[in-house]
Amino acid sequence: MISVRLSSFRPFPWLILIVTAAFALVPWWTDNVTWRENLILAALDITLASNLNLMLGYAGYVNFGNIVMFGLGGYIGVYLVSVWHWPLLGATLAGAIAVSIIAYLFGLGVLRLRGAYFALATIGVNEAVSVFVTNFEPWGGATGLYLSLGAYAPLGGPGRALWIVYFLMVAVMGLSLALSYAIRHSKFGLGLLAIGENEDAAATLGVPTRIYKAMVYSVSAFLPAIAGGLYFFKSGIIEPSGAFDLTTSIEAIVMVMLGGQGTVAGPAIGAFLYEELRGYLLTAQTFSHFQLVVAGLLLLVIVLFAPGGLLGFVHQKLPFTRRWLE
Amino acid sequence: MAEILASVIDGVLIGAVYGLAAMGLTLIWGVMNVINLSHGAIIVFGMFALYSLSPMLGLNPYAALPIGVVIGFVAGMLLYWVAVHRVIGRPPLMSLLSTFAVNMVLIGLGTAFWSTSPYNVPVWLPSVSWQGYTYTGTHIMAAVLAAVIAGLLYLLLYRTRIGKAIRAVSANRAAAELSGIPTTQMLALSFGLGVTLAFASGMLIATLFPFTVLSGGAYQLKSFVVTVLGGLGNPAGALLGGIFLGLIEGVATPFMPVSWMPMIEFTLFVIVLIAFPRGIFSYSRT
Repeated sequence: MISVRLSSFRPFPWLILIVTAAFALVPWWTDNVTWRENLILAALDITLASNLNLMLGYAGYVNFGNIVMFGLGGYIGVYLVSVWHWPLLGATLAGAIAVSIIAYLFGLGVLRLRGAYFALATIGVNEAVSVFVTNFEPWGGATGLYLSLGAYAPLGGPGRALWIVYFLMVAVMGLSLALSYAIRHSKFGLGLLAIGENEDAAATLGVPTRIYKAMVYSVSAFLPAIAGGLYFFKSGIIEPSGAFDLTTSIEAIVMVMLGGQGTVAGPAIGAFLYEELRGYLLTAQTFSHFQLVVAGLLLLVIVLFAPGGLLGFVHQKLPFTRRWLE
Repeated sequence: MAEILASVIDGVLIGAVYGLAAMGLTLIWGVMNVINLSHGAIIVFGMFALYSLSPMLGLNPYAALPIGVVIGFVAGMLLYWVAVHRVIGRPPLMSLLSTFAVNMVLIGLGTAFWSTSPYNVPVWLPSVSWQGYTYTGTHIMAAVLAAVIAGLLYLLLYRTRIGKAIRAVSANRAAAELSGIPTTQMLALSFGLGVTLAFASGMLIATLFPFTVLSGGAYQLKSFVVTVLGGLGNPAGALLGGIFLGLIEGVATPFMPVSWMPMIEFTLFVIVLIAFPRGIFSYSRT
């Protein structure tokens, strides 16, 4: 009887809670601003990678334009805060809802494409949106939007605002992991995995593939859009080249592949490791020019020799870890 | 009216070069179902190859072209064995990612060597005046050379045994292997040819416009648009698609700000992908 109860015990949700709490509390207790700045980037990357994994890992659709939702969320958030003087939470939530609706409608059209065609279209979408925003005067065109210092006053000044944004970002990270876990264990997630294995077979067996694909496109846009709003609110400036940077999109793909696509913990681990690696490469004198080269070689080696990523490798060698690190 | 005709002609001239670049992409796609995301980086390396051969070593830019073709071919074969061979026949995600990884490495190396400042290759050719409008000599020369290279590719694919073998692999790899065609070598050869075309188009573009290490992205996206217009895997369609894109650019430029142009291209791209996944210039295959 005990063994039955043990096997139904799922340690992973608790692990998500512990990691999120550690992210939130460690810099706060030690009052260490360097750690906070370091960890907010890690939390952002984990959010991006984890949500990208919903499409890439579960449904098997390569989305090169995943950053477009992050950028759009950032633009709508910053626009509402700076021009209409909305409160931060309202602005980011409104941005995320708008972006999710756009993504759903977009998904219904673009997701008629499969495989490589879809991947190409996502590059097109990212570039088209980027060019549109560059020429869109209400959003500042190529120079972008700025936030005045007054924008931080409702949160108690810039110093306190940075902490509040940090906690919100960590919360978004925790939600992303929880969302990824919940989807993985739902009927929706099962349908997505079936689409990833064989879309025609899934459709034959009654998975509403078109709706599911548009839904996952939309769902995976929501939290990155909030993260975009928070991140660019923190930066105080948003411009097209920073918001729709194709390189960031690709880095998110590297993170997902590094940790292990299709798992819940993998993308998060990959994102954390990649962020630390990038931090190291940027500060190390000899490597600062070769950051892209190192990331590229890393991706190439993973794709060619370990397509399951880090977690796939660990799961293969140590099968008992599957229950602890899903 | 004459002004529009002039921009149409210039658009067609540039479009031929876009078409050449896209032929490299579409050949690789057609033969091995791989979308080469390092295409833009290869175009950039073609540009810098011309820069190293011509202004730095003092060669005539057009005399440097055959040397570039050889370099491009060798580099392409090498790339195939390093990055592409292992992902043939695996899900599209894998080949997309491996070629993108190559792209990152190449762009990273390029940035380290040449930084991201603009370069140009000075070429002097006499201009041609016709009906009051002047056409730059370099544009005409680039279009002619692009057409010549496209013609050579056509002869290779349709008039030689090797070309027949490549087409057989493209149609059905297993059947080609059973007929005694060394399909792996044919794949490597096609990849080498595709890279050569991209490399050569990069060299031609470098004679027309200034360029940076990051210019490749824009040309890669143009190549995608052209490839999709012409039908993925269809070299003749790619040339037509390129000329069509050049036409649109030429005709639209006098009427609207240049900065809106990419928006039109990408919207066209996504719409054509969804509505005509086989391209609008592709012949119907049953």
